[in-house]
Amino acid sequence: MSEKAIVCKDLTKRFGDFFAVNHISFDVDQGEIFGFLGANGAGKTTAMRMLCGLSYPTSGEATVAGYNVFRQQEAIKRNIGYMSQKFSLYESLTVRENIRFYGGVYGLSDKQLKEKGDELITKLGLEKEAKMMVGSLPLGWKQKLAFSVAIIHQPRIVFLDEPTGGVDPVTRRQFWDLIYDAAANGITVFVTTHYMDEAEYCNRISIMVDGRIDALDSPANLKKQFDAASMNEVFYALARTAKRSAD
Amino acid sequence: MKQFMVFVRKEFYHVFRDRRTLLILFGLPVMQILLFGYALTTEIKNAEIIIVDHAGDMASQQLTTMIAASKYFDINARVVSDEDIYKAFKKGKVKCAVVFPSGFGNDLQHGQTAQIQIIADAADPNTAKTLTNYLTAIIGDYQQQISPTANVPMRIEPVTRMLYNPEMNGSMNFIPGVMALVLMIICTTLTSVSIVREKEMGTMEILLVSPFKPTYVVLAKAVPYLALSLIDLIIILLLSVFLLDMPIRGNIILLFLESTLFIICCLSLGLLISSVTRTQQIAMMVSMMGMMLPTILFTGFIFPLENMPVPLQVVSNAVPSRWFYVIIKAVMLKGLGIGVIWKETLVLAGMTTALLIISIKSFKTRLS
Repeated sequence: MSEKAIVCKDLTKRFGDFFAVNHISFDVDQGEIFGFLGANGAGKTTAMRMLCGLSYPTSGEATVAGYNVFRQQEAIKRNIGYMSQKFSLYESLTVRENIRFYGGVYGLSDKQLKEKGDELITKLGLEKEAKMMVGSLPLGWKQKLAFSVAIIHQPRIVFLDEPTGGVDPVTRRQFWDLIYDAAANGITVFVTTHYMDEAEYCNRISIMVDGRIDALDSPANLKKQFDAASMNEVFYALARTAKRSAD
Repeated sequence: MKQFMVFVRKEFYHVFRDRRTLLILFGLPVMQILLFGYALTTEIKNAEIIIVDHAGDMASQQLTTMIAASKYFDINARVVSDEDIYKAFKKGKVKCAVVFPSGFGNDLQHGQTAQIQIIADAADPNTAKTLTNYLTAIIGDYQQQISPTANVPMRIEPVTRMLYNPEMNGSMNFIPGVMALVLMIICTTLTSVSIVREKEMGTMEILLVSPFKPTYVVLAKAVPYLALSLIDLIIILLLSVFLLDMPIRGNIILLFLESTLFIICCLSLGLLISSVTRTQQIAMMVSMMGMMLPTILFTGFIFPLENMPVPLQVVSNAVPSRWFYVIIKAVMLKGLGIGVIWKETLVLAGMTTALLIISIKSFKTRLS
């Protein structure tokens, strides 16, 4: 196997007595689509924030794109893309201005910005909308655009935090086409979701319960392991063991 | 640097596409300057006054003429008995009375303390205070005229506030205060929503995950607002000079530099508010209401600081506009240079640095 995109060993985040993330260990391969599942409050977001360099782990080890999460947060930030559950483009900027802004923040040159921007707009079929305010686009288009912008600088890894919340099934399917595209281009995709049909699209998934990772394998193997017909059943079987109440 | 410019350009887009921001930016200063400059002035004109002249000599007549000539007083009547004074006050039209005792001119000429009684209708204490202040100033002027060498024993202390304001135009002191107030409110309000807006929209997370440094986020946000606030400053100055007849006696470049310093100070304060609040509404409330009251109370343009209890005077030192008020008054009204206001400038510069550092620090600590 090629170099690992993410390596986690006993990663822990503690707030006082509360273990938000409790000694989790896992690896993600380069180019893999890795589903990061768990009920609300299970610790997904906290774990993800640590990997993105937004928060320091209390203990444990982790490298992202080969860089240490304690010491090389800046290098990590240059090598990852991020898209959150909250919509993450500027509504009062046009499609093209958003592309130029985010590309510019990642240090792309004017020439690259132009090329990438054209390519992206053509790919998403937004030629007519390029000069429209993002706020006036339908949600599904915004999400697709946000994802494309998140990987405009060709990051090694892209983190997606519930990217398809509130989007209709057809658009979700299209969104996953974009994810497959990105993975085919060698970008590792680290995605959290609450939709179990989306979990099936991942190469491997982990399921967090109460700050721990209770299961980690390919969807097919997990179904076998839990003797379940669908990912839904696997998820329920694990989530039922949770002691923490979701908030 | 290029990343920084990309960010600054984005901020400009935000400002020009947000009606609310534009309204605050250009509507608010015009409205406030006009409102405060015209409506809320403490100046009183044509107050009715009665003169009781027991002396009837040249000095008392000269002084009466001066009072009559000022635009603040209209002489309602000249009466002779004390009884008449009370009758006049009871009718309510007369606000003030001046009583010259017999031998007034004589006392004055012989270099003794000449007494003069001022009676004011203190049912409205503020008006009474203002009118007695005006009268004291007129008397002071008169004394200056008759004995320019300032004969100490007969000198009545003129109120310091009027010293550089011989026309005793009340708004002269007021307008610089309003300028400080308006700049303070606008600069803090505008910047205070700028960071918190990104938190609300969810774009902040993306910025934090990007390689763009948090310090730059804060600084890049301040740049467009600084540019726009300077435009505001020009508008405010133009309004003050051409509409409200404010003089600019000092160096205009110094005035701009000092104002820029004050603006940066307020911007930093706004950034601080923005990085500690959670919603735009709260940020706006804090910067508008929270700043308005201390600014009005502690700048000294409505309530003189010297009259406040010492603890409050100490508190007033923490209000940036208090220092800026002293500075612009010195530069605009008195035409003084940096030599006189370097202390205030230093205080303001210190505040600015501290606020900027704190806002960057508090912004960073929010990250982890």
